[in-house]
Amino acid sequence: MQSQTIAAEKLSPAAPPADAAIAIDDVTLRFVTPDGHMMTAIRDFTMTVARGEFACVVGPTGCGKSTTLNLVTGLLRPTTGNVRVMGNPVTDISRDIGFVFQADALFPWRSVIDNVAAGPLFRGTPKKEAYEKARDWIGRVGLSRFEKHYPHQLSGGMRKRAALAQTFINQPKILLMDEPFSALDMQTRTAMQDELLDLWSGLKSSVVFVTHDLEEAVALADKVYVLTAGPGTVKSVYRIDLPRPRVMSDIRYDPKFIEIAKVIWNDLREEVQLGQSRGLQASH
Amino acid sequence: MTAISPTDHAAARATSIVAAEAQARARLRKRHALVIGLRLAILVVFLGLWELCADYNIIDPFFFSSPSGIWEQIWSWITEGTSQGPLWLQIYVTLEETFLGFAIGAVGGIVAGIILGRNKLLADVFSIYIKIANSVPRVVLGSVFIIALGLGMASKVALAVVMVFFVVFANAFQGVREADRAMIANAQILGASPFQITRSVIIPSAMSWILASLHVSFGFALVGAVVGEFLGAKQGMGLLISTAQGAFNANGVFAAMIILAVMALVVEFIITRFENYVVKWRPAPFNEQGA
Ligand SMILES: Nc1ncnc2c1ncn2[C@@H]1O[C@H](COP(=O)(O)OP(=O)(O)OP(=O)(O)O)[C@@H](O)[C@H]1O
Ligand SMILES: [Mg+2]
Repeated sequence: MQSQTIAAEKLSPAAPPADAAIAIDDVTLRFVTPDGHMMTAIRDFTMTVARGEFACVVGPTGCGKSTTLNLVTGLLRPTTGNVRVMGNPVTDISRDIGFVFQADALFPWRSVIDNVAAGPLFRGTPKKEAYEKARDWIGRVGLSRFEKHYPHQLSGGMRKRAALAQTFINQPKILLMDEPFSALDMQTRTAMQDELLDLWSGLKSSVVFVTHDLEEAVALADKVYVLTAGPGTVKSVYRIDLPRPRVMSDIRYDPKFIEIAKVIWNDLREEVQLGQSRGLQASH
Repeated sequence: MTAISPTDHAAARATSIVAAEAQARARLRKRHALVIGLRLAILVVFLGLWELCADYNIIDPFFFSSPSGIWEQIWSWITEGTSQGPLWLQIYVTLEETFLGFAIGAVGGIVAGIILGRNKLLADVFSIYIKIANSVPRVVLGSVFIIALGLGMASKVALAVVMVFFVVFANAFQGVREADRAMIANAQILGASPFQITRSVIIPSAMSWILASLHVSFGFALVGAVVGEFLGAKQGMGLLISTAQGAFNANGVFAAMIILAVMALVVEFIITRFENYVVKWRPAPFNEQGA
C-alpha cells in the first residue's frame, strides 16, 4: 500500500510516552447494567494526545466515544489500565480540563453572561474580574449583543457559541469535545469549525474531538482515531498532514483532503456496517 | 427573463400587514370580552337561580342558605363583629397560623428534599418511612396536636406544617432527582464544588417543582389551620364555622367558606407573582410569546 505518499500516514499504536497531555494506556471499562450484568464499553484502549495536538475520534454509534472522554475527565474510572493527564494519574476532576457537551449543557436560568462567567466564579475569581473576562469571551464568539439573553432566546448556533465561550474562558490545557456541532446546519457548522480552530491556535491546548462525521475529523485534526464497533477499541490511527491554518469552507475541495477521507472511510465503513447490523439484531 | 422588482409591492404589502394586525388585535379583544362576559353571565345566572329557588322554597334556605342570606351574614360580621370578636381578628388569626405552618412546612420540606435528593443512601433508608408517614391520614393528627399542644396557636400551626411538609418534600426530592446529569457534569468540570453545584444547579432546576408544590400546599396549610380550629380553638375562621354549624346557621357556614376562598385566592395570586419573578428565565408558552 502506498499510504506513505499521501498525507494520511497510518501509525502503529504504541505505549504512550510519559510527557503526553493525555495518555490512555490499555484501558478496559465495564458498566454494570441495570439488570446486574457486566457490559464492556471499551476494551484494551490505548490513545495518546501530545501537547498542543488536535486529535479526532470517529467510530460507529455506541462504540464508546463519550465513555472515552469521560475517562479523561475523571467522571468515569477505568476497570483496568490507567489514564494520565499532563503526566499525572487522573484522580479527581482536573482544573486543566474543559468539556463541550454533546447535549445542551448551558444553565437555562442564567443569562449568557452569567453562563460564561460561571467557570471563573466557581473557581473563586472575584466577581468583577470574572464578568470582565466573560464579556471579553462573549465578544470573541460574537455574542456581545446577546449578553443579557437567556439560552432559550438564542438560536442553536448561538447557544453552541455560548457553550464554547463558557468552556474556553477557563483556558483549559485539555479540551474535550463530544460531537459539539452535530446538531448544526452545514453553514453554521463550517463557521463554528473555523472559530474553533482560531480559538485553539490561540490557547495551544490539546484537543480530543469526537464526531460522527469523518470529513469533519479529517478537516480539523492532526490525528484521527478510528474505533471499532462496540465494545470499542482503537482500530487504526492516521496522522493528517494537511497544512495549517486550514479554512474549513475550502478544505473539503482539496484533492489531498478527499484522498485522505477516502482512505479512512474504507477503514471505518466495515465498523459502521458491523455496528448497524448489531443494532438491528439487538432491536429484534 | 425579467427580474421582478419587489419594491412595487413592498408598500402595499406593508399596509396590508398593518391592517391585518389591527384586525387580529380587534378579534383578540372581542374574544377576551366574550369570555369575560360569559363568565359573568354564568355567575349571575347561578346566583339568581339559587336565590329564586330559595325564595320559592324549591330548596330549603335553612339548610342551603341563599346568596342574599350569605351577604347579610358577611355584612353583619363586618359591621357588628362575630360572636367571638371582630371578623378581621378571626381572619388574622387563621392567616397567621396558616402562614407560620406554610413557612415552616415549606422550608422543612425543601431542605429535607434537597438533602435526601442529593444523598442516595439517606434516600434509600428514609424513603420507606416517608411513604408510611405520607399514607397516614394527616388530618387525624389534628386531634393529637390539640391534646398535646392545647387550644392555642401551636396545635394549628403543627397541623398546617404536617399538611405542607410532605407535599413540598416530595416535589423538592423529585426535582433534585430530575436535575439534568449533563448540566451537573458541566458545572463540575467548570470547577464547581458540591455546595456550588447544589446552589447553582440543583436548586434552580428543582425550583419549578418546588413552586408547583407551593401552590397546592398553601391550600393544604389553610385546611390544616381551619381543621385545627374546628377541632378546638378560641379564635379563628374554623371556630366561626363550627359555631355556625352548632347553631344550624347555614348562612354562617357559607359566609365563612367564601371568606376563606377569597383569602386563598389572594395568596395564590401573590405566589404566582413570586413564581413569575423567580423563574423569569423560563420560555413563555407559545401563545404568550411576544405579548
Ligand atoms: N452509565 C452507563 N451504564 C451502562 N452502560 C452505559 C453507560 N454509559 C454508556 N453505556 C454503554 O456504553 C456503550 C458506549 O457508550 P458511549 O456513550 O460511549 O457511546 P458513543 O460512542 O458516545 O455513542 P454515540 O456516538 O451514539 O454518542 C454503549 O453501549 C452504552 O450503552
Ligand atoms: Mg456519545
